[in-house]
Order: sequence, then C-alpha cells, then structure tokens
Amino acid sequence: MSECILEMKNITKTFPGVIALDRVNLDVTKGEIHALVGENGAGKSTLMNVLSGIYPHGTYEGDILYKGEVCSFKSISDSEKMGIAIIHQELALSPFMTIAENIFLGNERQKNGVIDWDETNNKAKEVMARVGLNESYSSLIRDIGVGKQQLVEIAKALAKDCELLILDEPTAALNDEDSDHLLTLLERLNKEQGLSCIIISHKLNEIAKVSDRITIIRDGQMIETLDNVKGGVSEARIIKGMVGRDMVDRFPKRTPNIGEIGFEVENWNVYDPLNEDRKVIDNVSFNLRKGEVVGLAGLMGAGRTELAMSLFGKSYGKKISGKIIKDGQELTLHNVTQAIDNGIAYLTEDRKNAGLVLIQDIKSNTTMANLKALSTNGIVDDQKEINVAEEYREKLSTKCSSIFQLAGNLSGGNQQKVVLSKWLCTEPDVLLLDEPTRGIDVGAKYEIYNIINAIASEGKCVLVISSELPEILGVADRIYIMNEGKLIGETTREDATPEKIMARIIQSANEKE
Amino acid sequence: MISNSLNWLKHNFKKYAIFFALIVIMLVFEILTKGTLFKPRNVTILIYQNSYILISATGMLMCILTGGNIDLSVGSILALVSAMSGLLSVTLGWPVWIAIIVALLAGVLAGVWQGYWIAYQKIPAFIVTLGGMFVFRGINNLILNGKTIGLPETYKIIASKPVPDFVGEITKFSNYELYGKSLVLNGTCIAAGITFAAIFVIATIFNRLNRRRKGYEVSSVGGLITKLVIISVVILFASFWLGSDDGLPIILVILGVLVGFYVFITQRTVMGRHLYALGGNAKAAALSGIKTQRILFLAYANMGFLAAISGIVFAGRLNAASPLAGQGFELDAIAACFIGGASATGGVGTVMGAIIGGFIMGILNNGMSIMSVDVFWQDIIKGLVLLFAVYFDVASKSKSSAK
Repeated sequence: MSECILEMKNITKTFPGVIALDRVNLDVTKGEIHALVGENGAGKSTLMNVLSGIYPHGTYEGDILYKGEVCSFKSISDSEKMGIAIIHQELALSPFMTIAENIFLGNERQKNGVIDWDETNNKAKEVMARVGLNESYSSLIRDIGVGKQQLVEIAKALAKDCELLILDEPTAALNDEDSDHLLTLLERLNKEQGLSCIIISHKLNEIAKVSDRITIIRDGQMIETLDNVKGGVSEARIIKGMVGRDMVDRFPKRTPNIGEIGFEVENWNVYDPLNEDRKVIDNVSFNLRKGEVVGLAGLMGAGRTELAMSLFGKSYGKKISGKIIKDGQELTLHNVTQAIDNGIAYLTEDRKNAGLVLIQDIKSNTTMANLKALSTNGIVDDQKEINVAEEYREKLSTKCSSIFQLAGNLSGGNQQKVVLSKWLCTEPDVLLLDEPTRGIDVGAKYEIYNIINAIASEGKCVLVISSELPEILGVADRIYIMNEGKLIGETTREDATPEKIMARIIQSANEKE
Repeated sequence: MISNSLNWLKHNFKKYAIFFALIVIMLVFEILTKGTLFKPRNVTILIYQNSYILISATGMLMCILTGGNIDLSVGSILALVSAMSGLLSVTLGWPVWIAIIVALLAGVLAGVWQGYWIAYQKIPAFIVTLGGMFVFRGINNLILNGKTIGLPETYKIIASKPVPDFVGEITKFSNYELYGKSLVLNGTCIAAGITFAAIFVIATIFNRLNRRRKGYEVSSVGGLITKLVIISVVILFASFWLGSDDGLPIILVILGVLVGFYVFITQRTVMGRHLYALGGNAKAAALSGIKTQRILFLAYANMGFLAAISGIVFAGRLNAASPLAGQGFELDAIAACFIGGASATGGVGTVMGAIIGGFIMGILNNGMSIMSVDVFWQDIIKGLVLLFAVYFDVASKSKSSAK
C-alpha cells in the first residue's frame, strides 16, 4: 500500500439540531480513485465541504491530514493552495467568458495585476491538451456542451497544480458518451500523472468500474470502505451498505382507510422551459386514492419536482400536455390560483426560497395563499386571520413565541409546519408534498409524519416526494418509482424494500446504455 | 405609570424609532433656528414645500415594496403632466378642471406603459424607468418647446392656498399674542380639526364595539382612552396652529386623503398584503397563487398616477409649466422611503414611514435654509443622513438576526 495523501480523522460536523457528520474517517492513498457513496443527505457533500474549507477550520471537530500535515483551512483558497480542488455538481464557470479565461479564473496569469494574455492562452492550450478538450481556447463557455464544460472544470483544477481532485456527481448532467469520455480521462490522469481523486456519484455502475476503493456513508456515519482494486464489488453490495439500516419506530403507525381514486393524471408530458426540445416529463400516468399516502421515489433530477410543479397550475415547464382528473372531472389549470381554487396544494421542496416569506410573521405566512377567504370586498378581516393562524398553530403544535414571530426565526421543523399550515388553510383535497422533511431533525420529522397521516385520514389524497428511501417506505401506502422523467415502477408498501427500489432505478439508468 | 411608559417605550422603540428621530430632528432645528421652525407660518410653508415629494414618496414606497425596485421617471412624469396641463389649459384654452383630469390621465398612461414593460415583459424596473426618465422629459420639452408657460390661478390655489374660510375668523382671542402677532384663528381650520377629531373618536369607539360584538380581542379601556386623548389633542393642536396662520392648506387635505387611502390599501386589503408578500419572497408568493405580475403592474401604474398628482401640485407651486420641473424629485422620494425604514430588497416599509422620512428631509432642507447653510453643505448633510439612517436600520437588523 502506498502512502496516504489524505486522512480525515473523526470528523464531526453539527448544524443546529442536526448531526451531519458523526466521527467520520476517510483516507485516500496517493494515486487512487476513491469513491464516496451514500443516499441523498447522508453527508457526502458536507464531508467534502469540510475538506475543501467551505466550512472553515473550527466549525467542525476532528483533524485533516494532507500529505501527513495537519491542515486548518480557513477557506477554499487555502485548500487550493495545498493542491486540493473541488468540482461541484453545479459547474462554477462564467458563461460569457472564454475557456482560457475560465481556466485561470481566480488564478490569473498576471504581472502586477496586469493579465499576461499570451501566457494565459498558451497555458490554457497546454492543460486543455491534458484533458483532451478539442476546442479553441477562445470559445465562450456558453457555446460548448455540458460535457466539454466539465472538462474545462478539470482543466481549471489542473491549472492550479491540483494533486487531489474531488468531483461531486461529475456525470449527473452528462449523456453516456460524455460520461464515458470523462471517466476514461480520469483513469488516464490517475494512471499517467498520479492524480488522486475522490468521486461522489449515484451511478453505481460507474463507481464499480473506475474506483479503487469505495467508502459508504449513511446518516452522517462512515459505514465501511470496500476494496475494489481488483474489481468485483457488485452494485448490490454497495446498495446494501447505503440503505441497510434499522427503521424501527422512526415512523408512526397507522391503519390507512383507502377510498376511491380522487386524483388522476394521464399521459402527462412536460418540456424544459429553457430548452423546449428537451422532454422533462415523459408520458407519466398515475393516480392517488382518497385517504392514501402515495410515495414518489427517485434520485435527484429524476423529474419528481418538475412533475409536481407542472401539475400545480403549470408552475413549471412548457408545452405541457395530458389530463388531470379530480373526482372524475377533468380539470384545466392554467395558473396557480386555479390549482388552489380546485383544491390542489403543492408544498415546495425549498421552503426558505420558495415556501415562506421569511421576513413576515407566522400569521401572514399561514394565510398567504387564502387571504381571499378571510376578507370581504378585498379588505382583510385581521381578527379572523389571527384566529385561523392560531388554529393551525395549535393543530400542528408549531413551537413559537406567538403567531407574530417571524418565520425566519423558526427552526426548520417549525418552518415546515408553517408551510403546511399555509396549505391546509386553503382546504385542499390533493396535497403534493415535495421533500416535506428535508433538512429537519428526526424528532420534527416524526411530527411531520403524524401530520401527513392525519391529513390522509381526513380522506385527502397525498403524494409524498422524497429522496430518502426509508422515509418513502415508512410513510407511503403505495410507491411510484421515477427516473429520468418516466415512471418506471409501482409497488405496494408490503412488496417494497430499499434494495428493490434502488435496484430498479439503477437498472433503468443502465437500460439507456 | 412611569415605569409602564418606559417599558412601552423600550418595546416600541425600534418600531417607532424613525418617528422619534423626526421629533429629535425637529427639536434640534427648533433650537438651531432660534424658534423659527415651529412658527405657524413656517409650519404652513413646510407643508406647501413638501407636499409633492410626500405624494411621490407614497407611490415610490409601493414600487420599493415589490422588491426594491425604484422608479427613476417620477420627476419626468411630473414634468410631463405639468406640461400637459399648460398645453391644455393655456395654449388650447380648455377649462382648468378638464385640463387637470386629462393631464392626470396622461400620468396614469405613463405609469401603465412602464408597468407593462416591467411586469409583463420582465424588463428590469431600473432600465424601464431610466428610459422613461428620458422619454417623458423629452415629451415635456416637445410640448413646451423648451419654454416656460404661466398657468391659470386655479393651480396656485390647489398648491399653496388654504381652504376658503367660510366659517369666519375667530377673533375672541385677539387679545392674546402668538409669536408677537395677535391671535386670530381661521374658523374653518378649527372646525375641520374638531370635526376630524370627533370622527376619529367616534369611529374608533364604533370599531371597538363592533369587534367586541363579534367576540374579537379588543385593547384595554385605559389604553384606548390614552390613545384617543393623545391623537385628538394632536389633531386639535395642529388645527389651532395652522388656524392661527393662513388656515387649512388645501394640499394638506389632499395629502391626508391620499395617505389615509394608501395606508388602508397597504395595511388592510388583500392587495396590500400581496404587495408585501411579493416583495418578501416573489417565488413563494407566486407559488401561493398570488398574481405577482399584476401586483407589479399596478404598483407602477399607481406610481404614474401619484407622480401626476405631484405634477399638478408642483405646477401650481411654480404657477408655471416648466421644462425643468421636477428634476431629481424621484431621488428625494426614494430617499424618503429609505429613511422611513423601507428595505432596499423589498417587502419591508410603510406609507407612514415614507411620509415621516419625507418630513425629515423636508425639515433638514427648511431648517438649514433658515440657518442659511450653504446649499452645497445642505446636500452633503442630506446624503449623510440617508446613509446613516439606512446603516442604523441594517445594523439593528443584523444584530437581531445574529441572536
């Protein structure tokens, strides 16, 4: 075994109310490709953010040893100086600048603040050759494809004399050809130039193919590290490590009372609003029964949010086609107001940016979507409003000093209760809940599950979108599985296991090839 | 009692900080001007001098609420409207009232034009209104051909004359003196003050009874009486003060009606609440079924309307339609809103805050003029006041969010 380039020892990182990382150890040997896998929210990105200095030294516990030295990075530039580069899932390129300018962005070839363009362009050509990027260095980033943009990111890292490269979901946005190209390049850089890599990916087939070792993280803890130098680690083996957990009592028990179909979608198609040739939702049909909690499982980017938002008064997408049928009647919903008026509610996955007005109080947030019902001739009855807000605060046991507390000052769980109050206040029949427990702690999750159950028991239709498989299995009576804009499976709770669902998704992703 | 009041003060200090700041500034200038600031004559002048800025600031506040958008074209719309008035009433000889109404419509049209581009074509407000600033100024110059036109008397009456005294002068106190002048009161002004105070008291009591009948929460009787007494005394004293000079300025009545109307719209109506929700988080508002484009459109259309009213008032104040009218007024209106606590990112601010902010600017102008401070220094001081007012606001917010 060659020497370690990186050792992370007992890394613990907490956020208010949540332990994101719990004594995680990770070691990367010089010249290996080390894969980091785990479910969404397992703590992979947090760990990489600790490593790269996004969470500065002092905000976490534990030690980082790089080339045998203890490091205390205060910022990304500190870790970059040492030769650690991170490439995020969302590319950090400036679209209106050239490839060469982007490669040296923040690392300009300069003398006394004046840029040396010859040097910039020559060096750019050099690193572009190293990554096999066949483009003119003066092309604009926005004019080249995503695959090539990813190469520019790698070139940018190499230009900083990077020795340890971290890639977060590098192939998520790429087609198969580009993915292959990228992975081959990584293997080549690794073998020929001794570049060490940490790669985070959901595409387990890729991981199994390229990585030397695989570390599995789950719920902020390091589970195991598998040796894959000679190959032979199967995807099933990785999945077992990713999802295998004790699920006793994390979900409240209930006996569902399932009625007839209350909400149905037929042949739903949606195109990308920014690129009208790209189909985001492909011929999706599903139904929700009254009193039933239906789960929608899938990885990030599977199109679940896009599906829910396009159903919610076309708040996402272009060229939408298909039928929405509620209680046997077809609905035409052109905007959000119509969707709300027809008893549909959509709880957004991003409560801070799209769910709440953080600078307003609980009361105003609760009544925001249904002020009309609390007013006469356009004048708000403020007391009625207070009563309604008070009612939901009690019903959902939102912990706050009063309903006049600002939403921005609440904990994540209580914020989510306010968003739920907002939608319950519109008296919906169909609730589309997008990641209803994202980023909130276990106790608050339990309370949210109780609320979801209570909503269902009132005979409403509930769809729960979640990236956490255990959650889907814990709350849903029936589960749809989605991948790349298509529904690829439906299963009852009894038949479902995390392994089966994950395997179905991976299988569908592989089917493309 | 005293500790109670102190407690109340502590609790509400932040909420009313800007109001206390206004009082402090008034007291400071009262001293610095050796008692000139509060003279009835000067108070009346303050109202005449600032009314058009206050009216513009009310409209500007609503633009700022939508998300920190400002309207740079206010001064130009104001000029356009005064030019239209001049064209119609002088050059074409139309009756003044029709000329005013048509000119107001022209202002609304300018607002609708800008609102369309901002709300429905998603062009940044800064750019649309910067364009509007040039366009409307240009139209103003086209109409006036670069010249100033004198206007009929009616304009002057609206802008700088009191309500005619049909009640008659009250000479009962003429033996007394106020600032070395024998005390003769304007009957109409006093009557208006008493009527207004009475309506206020009756309406408040009626509202309270109504709420109790519905089983709603009501404030304590003691608190109610204190509030009624303080506000009534303020109203009566103001009417006495103005009555001892010219009387009740017509423009104050217009301003009062407008401010009352827009306070009501922003605080009590669904539309007002939607305005705050849009500015607080546009995405969340849209996903809650709020028609965000329409709200944005209305804010700018309304700005056109209020800029037009300012235009008529300002034309009356100059008694002329001038190609240079209203230059830089939008900046005064914007400053008033920000001094009054509006957030530069939207969703926070009140009409009353903007009015108080406007008064602070007005008193700075007026006080420094009385003291004959160099005009250039006046600008420097005004600029610093704006900067520090917003700094204190930001600092107090970041402190409270750090907790």
